Amino acid sequence: MPKRTDIHKILIIGSGPIIIGQACEFDYSGTQACKALREEGFEVVLVNSNPATIMTDPNTANRTYIEPITPEIVEKIIARERPDALLPTMGGQTGLNTAMELAENGVLQRYNVQLIGANYDAIKRAENRSEFKQAMLRIGLDLPKSAFAYNMDEAWKIAKDIGFPLIIRPSFTMGGTGGGIAMTEDAFERIAEYGLNCSRINEILIEESVIGWKEYELEIMRDKADNVVIICSIENLDPMGIHTGDSITVAPAQTLTDRQYQYMRDASVSIIREIGVETGGSNIQFAVNPKDGRMVVIEMNPRVSRSSALASKATGFPIAKFAAKLSVGFTLDEIRNDITRVTPASFEPTIDYTVVKIPRFAFEKFPDADPSLGIQMKSVGETMAIGRTFKEALQKGLRGLEIGKNGFEKVARPEKTKEEVLANLSLKRSDRIFLVRLALDMGISSKEIFDASGIDPWFTENMREIVEYEKTLVPGLLAQSPQDQKFALRKAKQYGFSDMQIGKLLKSDDLAMRKKRKELGVVSTYKLVDTCAAEFEAYTPYYYSTYEDEDEGTPTNKKKIIILGGGPNRIGQGIEFDYCCCQASYALRELGYESIMVNSNPETVSTDYDTSDKLYFEPLTFEDVMNIIDKEKPSGVIVQFGGQTPLNLARKLYDAGAPIIGTGVESLERAGDRGDFFKMVKKLGLHQAANAMVTSKQEACDAAAKIGYPVLMRPSFVLGGRAMNIVYNETELLACIEEAQAVAENRPLLIDKFISEAIEVDVDAVSDGYRTMICGIMEHIEEAGIHSGDSACVLPPHTLSDDIIDEIRRQTIAIAMELKVVGLLNIQFAIKDDVVYIIEVNPRASRTVPFVSKAIGIPWAKIAAKVMTGVKLDEIPEAIEKRIDYFAVKESVLPFNKFPGADTVLGPEMKSTGEVMGIDKDFGLAFAKSQEAAGNILPRSGTVFLSVKNSMRRNIIFMAKKMADMGFKICASEGTCKVLRSNGVNAKEVPKIGEGKPDIIDLIKGDDIDLIINVVSGRKSQIDSKPIRSAAVVQGIPYITTLEAAQAAISGMDSLEKTGFTVKAIQDYNHGTLRRSSTTTGNCDINFRKSLWSAA
Amino acid sequence: MKGILALEDGTVFKGEGFGAAGECLGEVVFNTSLTGYQEILTDPSYCSQIVTMTYPLIGNYGVNDGDIESGRIQVSGFVVKEACPYPSNFRSQKSIGAYLKENNIVGVSGVDTRKLTRHTRLIGAMKGIIWAGEKAPSNAELVDKAKAWVGLVGVDIVKNVTCKKAYEWDPKSDKPAKFHVVAFDFGIKFNILRILRSLGCKVTVVPASTTAKEVMAYKPDGVFLSNGPGDPAAVTYAVETIKTLIGTLPIFGICLGHQLSALALGAKTYKLKFGHRGGNHPVKNLETGGIAITSQNHGFCVDMDSLKSLGIKMTQLNLNDNTCEGLADLDKKIFCVQYHPEASPGPHDSGYLFKQFIDMMEKN
Repeated sequence: MPKRTDIHKILIIGSGPIIIGQACEFDYSGTQACKALREEGFEVVLVNSNPATIMTDPNTANRTYIEPITPEIVEKIIARERPDALLPTMGGQTGLNTAMELAENGVLQRYNVQLIGANYDAIKRAENRSEFKQAMLRIGLDLPKSAFAYNMDEAWKIAKDIGFPLIIRPSFTMGGTGGGIAMTEDAFERIAEYGLNCSRINEILIEESVIGWKEYELEIMRDKADNVVIICSIENLDPMGIHTGDSITVAPAQTLTDRQYQYMRDASVSIIREIGVETGGSNIQFAVNPKDGRMVVIEMNPRVSRSSALASKATGFPIAKFAAKLSVGFTLDEIRNDITRVTPASFEPTIDYTVVKIPRFAFEKFPDADPSLGIQMKSVGETMAIGRTFKEALQKGLRGLEIGKNGFEKVARPEKTKEEVLANLSLKRSDRIFLVRLALDMGISSKEIFDASGIDPWFTENMREIVEYEKTLVPGLLAQSPQDQKFALRKAKQYGFSDMQIGKLLKSDDLAMRKKRKELGVVSTYKLVDTCAAEFEAYTPYYYSTYEDEDEGTPTNKKKIIILGGGPNRIGQGIEFDYCCCQASYALRELGYESIMVNSNPETVSTDYDTSDKLYFEPLTFEDVMNIIDKEKPSGVIVQFGGQTPLNLARKLYDAGAPIIGTGVESLERAGDRGDFFKMVKKLGLHQAANAMVTSKQEACDAAAKIGYPVLMRPSFVLGGRAMNIVYNETELLACIEEAQAVAENRPLLIDKFISEAIEVDVDAVSDGYRTMICGIMEHIEEAGIHSGDSACVLPPHTLSDDIIDEIRRQTIAIAMELKVVGLLNIQFAIKDDVVYIIEVNPRASRTVPFVSKAIGIPWAKIAAKVMTGVKLDEIPEAIEKRIDYFAVKESVLPFNKFPGADTVLGPEMKSTGEVMGIDKDFGLAFAKSQEAAGNILPRSGTVFLSVKNSMRRNIIFMAKKMADMGFKICASEGTCKVLRSNGVNAKEVPKIGEGKPDIIDLIKGDDIDLIINVVSGRKSQIDSKPIRSAAVVQGIPYITTLEAAQAAISGMDSLEKTGFTVKAIQDYNHGTLRRSSTTTGNCDINFRKSLWSAA
Repeated sequence: MKGILALEDGTVFKGEGFGAAGECLGEVVFNTSLTGYQEILTDPSYCSQIVTMTYPLIGNYGVNDGDIESGRIQVSGFVVKEACPYPSNFRSQKSIGAYLKENNIVGVSGVDTRKLTRHTRLIGAMKGIIWAGEKAPSNAELVDKAKAWVGLVGVDIVKNVTCKKAYEWDPKSDKPAKFHVVAFDFGIKFNILRILRSLGCKVTVVPASTTAKEVMAYKPDGVFLSNGPGDPAAVTYAVETIKTLIGTLPIFGICLGHQLSALALGAKTYKLKFGHRGGNHPVKNLETGGIAITSQNHGFCVDMDSLKSLGIKMTQLNLNDNTCEGLADLDKKIFCVQYHPEASPGPHDSGYLFKQFIDMMEKN
């Protein structure tokens, strides 16, 4: 069946900002879908509020709307673009839910837009738990006992019928938000009520607990001719009860017999048919009782998912790409398998390696949050590793996680006895894999570990082999014959041991081990991911390393450059860097280089096999990267684009002879080293807040006293402001210094004078060593002191004078020249009383590069990559500084709803997981859009609660008046209320928590508040007001914690009231008048050229 | 225990022996199934072959008494990357190593099976030898033995695996039997018999050399031609029998049964470079256009060109390499497929073919 000719224009809805449960995997799938549909001649309209994505690059879709993903706004886009069809399955739960609402409210019918891929009824059957249950019963499949409740009375009745423990799953939420496991009645009351609130249709499923059963997933595809194939099976190492996104998972399934597997396969085929997903991919989860093999269906996602991205990377079969093609009428046998070129896509991939995915958590950022894992996803990223065996892949995965572990290592832990170990294993903490290690060290049996953790003995026995083999890796080994050494080292490498691990065990170091094994001929070999276990020849160069006989790697003689990616997503390092890496790859390909990507994050576009000329799916450690460099002998290695991960490797790679291009390693270090940085600031005659570097508590107290409180205290060399705090006195300093010292790991702490009430500015620039161009100057909306990653910012800067902007520009150029920057540079400034202070300089791609590029319409990351290869800015036509006559606001998105109990106040430590962009002709509208997109939907009417710290109460008066004029009712805490009333604002006083009824919490819970503005400072008031913010998160009420954001919000609400939202594709924005930058010529040592040509 | 695999072209793989000590000769082939190693080991079609599993971790779920396709292990040797000594599954009774040892089968682990697979793909399936033990012979010695082995082409291997005398499958079953099927045992897999019985057939399994007259004496409603090992062209006696039977009653053939049917209809067969073995081959039903993911295990193939001149319709096509996967001459009430609708191991997509056979008997 050929492609449909009755549709021409297709709308794709993206997944919006990166949040827990919805990350880069939807950029990967959405980008694939856009490319695949355009390849077939369709016009693609895209809506996605996330500027950090590749999919929102102006070249990916024909028409790109970086607008909030709400039914109202998507309706406006539909009205403007009049697409023939909507593909709802590429944008995660957000895309699916938005499409469903558009179908329900009649918009799709009104504009004659067809749902393709999955229709309304199919999505509803899959997503609505009661319909899903009915469908499963119709085809005779087994499910856990369950019933639906729509209120607490019903919930209690069901709970009594089934009996504890129970699982509560709200309908229509993503990543299991609002779900939980109730072991007791108290827990049940709490979880069920929260779940009812979270569900869009106030529906929860109360379910028989299958906790501890084995968990499996099948990725399945169907075409319009009813051909069905299974792409991949996944077995979770962590059993039922831990969200699959938080589980270590393995592909393919390991411990199912063919009979069991085929039974599961048959069930999946029946399910996709019964649910009626016409074309495309779905994910189906099963639980299997380890005692008797009873299999029950858990759920189905009628769309591409995190697991489908993983399955695509694990097998080489691009699910989203093919799903897009199927949605427009092709059948599987009409699509060619890219990898083999001769065989069709209508087959089931088979693999000859093992894949392990390991989640990465960020509990250190949310110390008040419950660190145990459950059915609501809490991890922020993941890494994938490929090895010939589970042992090898597990160890590669653990070192690829970049949490300071070199593999399945022994780590210091508090548990001392077997009882403690087993008890803590059952707590399901995120670091349980290392607790399993301790259990194995203690000789605890796999059966006992299984009873405590639900981890199948197959996994623990494999791990035991690692532990047992480790015992033979002793210093004495080095005295043995070369042949024995070779045998032992080769086996160690086959078991996945890193050079670091072996170095430690042999009382040597990784470099010596590396040298040793290379001398002995124990070198990594590379094998292809080819969908077919070598049955057919593969043409796509997608490699993983292992230690085998045959190396299939075939380095070419072309000029080539390696790009090091960012590894697993974490708070502070995510999709923005993947965007930069992909852009770099595109730029290099344009210039005729062979681009080689190294990354370990399966969610990303960078690990799509057709983003670069070659892909190495490998951990980003010195060892793994250097092995590739040895093999490929590239003319350049780019470390600037993948965030902190590759930068941390730069020195060691450089010392080992890697040809690092762009800004030199010395300059990278100069910017990061506080002493050197101080010298540079002095040399250039710039301003920096008073600061000191300290190594002890006493030094810290002395330095802070000398500088004067408040001070900003932080460890050096960390990303995302880890353990960074503003302290107002010595007591506060002492309260948080220990954590900072722990994070700093023996490196000094930095203490800066905190410049309060300053405006913070982020600048991105590109330099070719001679000339520096300013990509964008962004003004933060929140005052300095809130991490730049969490702060909203606006472009162009709307309150800064031209003089200040010129000064910022001058300083940026001076620093670029001084640091001999070649490539990207990001500087943070603070402006107070017309003085420009330097906060931080990062000679690398920053988190804001994609935002600036999208807002202004210039591909800066691409330009920077070209510059790094030696091309001059003057030779790149698209390198133009532009002034824009509209506003773009970046707003961050915070994960507090996933961490009930965590404090939501912002500070110097970054906590956001993602970002959105609002773009419009005035600041207010752009800001309002950014809030809407971030889910902080500003009310058009209702009641506002104000509670503002003393010093700022005067500032709030004008705002309160404005809101009252706009028709809002105002209520306020005692102090704030007094000030408002005495200034003629009609405000109602609300008692403090516990000091009268109804207090603010009661009002929030009773849904009587529509917006909260709660500005506090100092530890005590922060702690006191925490329940307000927590209640707001639970109730989904927008809350604002800074005065600046309040101001912006009010201006947004005002603009909205006046004009409402309008939408405009970024291709339509007039990108303003051109302004050539002041050309600055420097005379810097261009080390990138040296390395380029010396290696060529 | 050391283990060595040597191929006739001189390529040698060193690893560890597992299973029994000793030596075995066979044609070295690879199977790409991720699961189902026990079914593969016991499938008589693998007689005289050394099977390499492309999935590196084999034995994870152990072995049990239920997942067998014949009364014993049929492969001559087994090659894996890693053989799991600590299986985990509620049905597991023993490890794969113990199972091979018990059955006196030689295996080798620790092999770069991907290299072996690529090599086989490029050169073609070769004769090989596995040696497992403590004192290794020289490589040259092993390679010479591999070279000297007779191989598969032109050799009747069916006689090694067929039953000695006729028997009824599962005679104690209380399921009603509407039809009586005579099933030729060229190396029949149990799952074919299980399925036929579950669909209401009384099944009499007969030796490969049974004559048409003997078959007719059972007064069957239909005849089933089973899978089996080796070169179809060498099983001349069966071809003759089938020739006689064609047209008299419904006939359904699978794998070797399909090849023998084709030969009986006048077509030719040839040897594939390295065969099809796995559970993921797409086969298109040329009548319905539907695609089934199929379980396959064959080294020989029916020559499609030779069918054309005979006016026989090809019914199924392999989408990977466009080879013949099925044919039918419904006027003569015969149809057959190259692949394995009985699965075990593999997907169940093609189970409908058994029902088609039942329908044919019903209508006859």
